[in-house]
Amino acid sequence: MEIIILMSVVPDTSVKIKLTADGLPDMKEIPWIINPWDELALTRALELKEDPGNTVNKVTLLHVGPSTHGQVLRKAMAMGADEAVRIEATPRDSYETAYHIVAFLQERAFDLVLAGIESSDYNGAAVGGLVAGMLDIPSVSAVTGIQTEGDKLHVVRETDGGRETLRMPLPLLAVVQKGIAKEPRMPSMRGLMMARKKNIHVIEPGAVDSLTEYARFELPPPKPPCHMVDATNPGELLELLENESKVIHLS
Amino acid sequence: MPNFYTDNPDLKFHMNHPLMKKIVALKERNFADKVKYDYAPVDFEDTMDSYERVLDVVGEICGDIIAPNAEDIDEEGPEVRDNRVKYARGTEINLEAIRKAGLMGITLPRKYGGLNFSIVPYTMVADMVSRADAAFVNIWGLQDCAETIHEFASEKQKDRYLPRFCQGETGSMALTEPDAGSDLQSVQLKATYDKEKDQWYLNGVKRFITNGDGDISLVLARSEEGTKDGRGLSMFIYDNKKYHITKVRRIEHKLGIIGSPTCELVYRNTPAELVGSRRMGLIRYVMSLMNGARLGIAAQSVGIAEAAYREALAFAKEREQFGKPIIHFPAVYEMLSVMKSKLDASRSLLYETARFVDMYKAWFHISKERSLEKEERQEMKKYQQLAEAYTPLAKGLASEICNRIAYDALQIHGGSGFMKDYPIERIYRDARITSIYEGTTQLQVVAAIAGIARGTLLKQIREYEETKVKPELHTYRRMLVSMTEEFEHASGKVHETENKEFIDFHARRLVEMAGNIIMGYLLLLDTNRESRFWKSLEVFVRNARAENRERAEFIMISSINDLGRFKQEEH
Ligand SMILES: Cc1cc2nc3c(=O)[nH]c(=O)nc-3n(C[C@H](O)[C@H](O)[C@H](O)COP(=O)(O)OP(=O)(O)OC[C@H]3O[C@@H](n4cnc5c(N)ncnc54)[C@H](O)[C@@H]3O)c2cc1C
Repeated sequence: MEIIILMSVVPDTSVKIKLTADGLPDMKEIPWIINPWDELALTRALELKEDPGNTVNKVTLLHVGPSTHGQVLRKAMAMGADEAVRIEATPRDSYETAYHIVAFLQERAFDLVLAGIESSDYNGAAVGGLVAGMLDIPSVSAVTGIQTEGDKLHVVRETDGGRETLRMPLPLLAVVQKGIAKEPRMPSMRGLMMARKKNIHVIEPGAVDSLTEYARFELPPPKPPCHMVDATNPGELLELLENESKVIHLS
Repeated sequence: MPNFYTDNPDLKFHMNHPLMKKIVALKERNFADKVKYDYAPVDFEDTMDSYERVLDVVGEICGDIIAPNAEDIDEEGPEVRDNRVKYARGTEINLEAIRKAGLMGITLPRKYGGLNFSIVPYTMVADMVSRADAAFVNIWGLQDCAETIHEFASEKQKDRYLPRFCQGETGSMALTEPDAGSDLQSVQLKATYDKEKDQWYLNGVKRFITNGDGDISLVLARSEEGTKDGRGLSMFIYDNKKYHITKVRRIEHKLGIIGSPTCELVYRNTPAELVGSRRMGLIRYVMSLMNGARLGIAAQSVGIAEAAYREALAFAKEREQFGKPIIHFPAVYEMLSVMKSKLDASRSLLYETARFVDMYKAWFHISKERSLEKEERQEMKKYQQLAEAYTPLAKGLASEICNRIAYDALQIHGGSGFMKDYPIERIYRDARITSIYEGTTQLQVVAAIAGIARGTLLKQIREYEETKVKPELHTYRRMLVSMTEEFEHASGKVHETENKEFIDFHARRLVEMAGNIIMGYLLLLDTNRESRFWKSLEVFVRNARAENRERAEFIMISSINDLGRFKQEEH
């Protein structure tokens, strides 16, 4: 069985994004990382591949993005993926991304596709569902556990106040969230060096137009300064909460 | 947390030094491994790319795992249970991450499972890990023991021990004893040879041994009965993982690097293997081991200084007094700019030293495989001398600078810096050890003054002087040239007395003067490559010039008769 990971590349989560003079996010000199949810999806896929009780024998990365993301892809390869495909495009919205992925998947056989629940840059949370819909295959969202059983899949989801396990046929697209793997796997140093020799296939994109366009970006308002209240003075704290931040009402 | 590699462009800058091309070619023997190992690099660019990728992942591990664990480890510390060391929980987590990533034994050849990394990127890992947690870097850095085994042990021993380092086992170097600290010639731990069993045994006590319960230990012991000096000492490997019989009597309660267990060890008929030849333990092998470890402490010093500077800068921008952020007060911005200039200078000295060591070590290993041509031999000799002169210089100066930066960084925090609420409190405590272990600053000076007496340092200063630089840098070069004249004058005056005590008395002043000139030139050459270092160059040379003038003044008016004035009464 082959698992395909839809992987997006996002700015390092510790970086504060600035806007350029014309109001667009300034992406110069931004360190890029694997989208955290995709990294967990990849980790789980690799665990399944290494578990001898499974039939998973190949893990493939699928990414839509420019060549500047190549190094991040290589790092993901160093974690242990077998193959990577990069579709040479800079999509403007989720629809465009999904379109390219679908165009690629329609041309080949696949069993299980994993997508992260959202990407930590635009938080669109749309690509997974779109891809499943456009491919017309079953999909399941907010997945926190995956186990194979013959040609079926056991999928665990967190529900309000509990947990459900579904048995689902393949092919399938699972949108995974935190909990799918405990911690992202660390790429090994040797893996990093070998990854250079592993194949990253680059594919030319088909023509597509985005369905949306960005009108404006805004930064969150700056945080107001922190006001320290002496621990021996609860009265002052209550006073401030009532009159300054107006979050409580005492009298 | 940020990635400690990508958030600090100075690291990449030092990685890309022009000499790396030669270092890599020598280290990789013109890429001969590429046919044998699928992860071996095929050319220079490929090697540098591998270094870069590895450093990037280390930067991530530092930011995401090691740094966030540092505070808890400092709080919890290791403990002794049933004569064994139990690390703090965070230390175990760090080790696990480092092992999984395959970061142990990275400088060893591929046939032992290593990555055949040169010293420069290895030093850079130490730099970053130290910034994240100065206590943890000791446990990781004791893989220096593997280097010494690689250099001097038999083929059989190498085959037996080196792969174990690569698989993640840790080391320890057991030199110090209660009566043998700076003066290792007086080591007493006894090594006796049992002819019948064809086996060496160790008996005695070692003290202050970092990671003393590590898996593979190098031990300095007296193998020649009746001897009293360094020529009666040999080096041994003790396999603590196999025998597990040296007892950790206690671990020290200490000021800083609390996560790093400092052990008192008791050896009772402990089996051990001789390394290399008898009697060469101290004079040859420990010297080499210590030089490697000293470079490691220089890296630790730079990493700690980096952490301290960042804390201070962030605090100074945030904290407001008298209606404005304190960074706007001259007293504060001066401290910060001096810290930054010294941080940049000591890092530049660190990597210059690492490159010299790399060149020398590469030739040393090649010379064991084939005989060297005349020019090759000369080149090896040149870099050996430079490595020997620069290593104590880098360790001595970087550790003192680190302490100074940590002190000022805490000062900038005011009262908050004195509290556990900010990381600077721990960083300040951790900094303190760097100028003590692996030889105190005073002992580094003893080694570095030899480099001055032999002319090695001055010769290198001349080489910097002759390097072509951009016209806008000429003013600073002129300043450095006149500082060099002043230094030669002072050094001449001290050395011409041929009085050992007088030379020792002024040695630190001379070493610091030479160090200031060398670091000044290194910053000049850095600025020549990238204008980013302008500010540090301007601040550093201005300070260095004033510092050197003060020292020169002191030396020029001092005479042998003065020594008595400084002596303390014995009772
Ligand atoms: C936390 C920690 C970890 C350590 N880890 C290890 C380890 O892993 N392995 C190991 O073998 N050792 C280790 N050591 C020991 C360390 O290397 C010694 O403490 C150090 O070399 C100094 O020796 P000493 O403490 O006996 O001081 P001393 O040698 O007694 O020195 C006392 C003072 O006298 C000065 N002095 C001594 N001789 C001279 C001289 N000739 N000229 C000028 N000044 C002089 C020193 O500079 C110092 O100021 C560790 C020590 C500490 C504190």
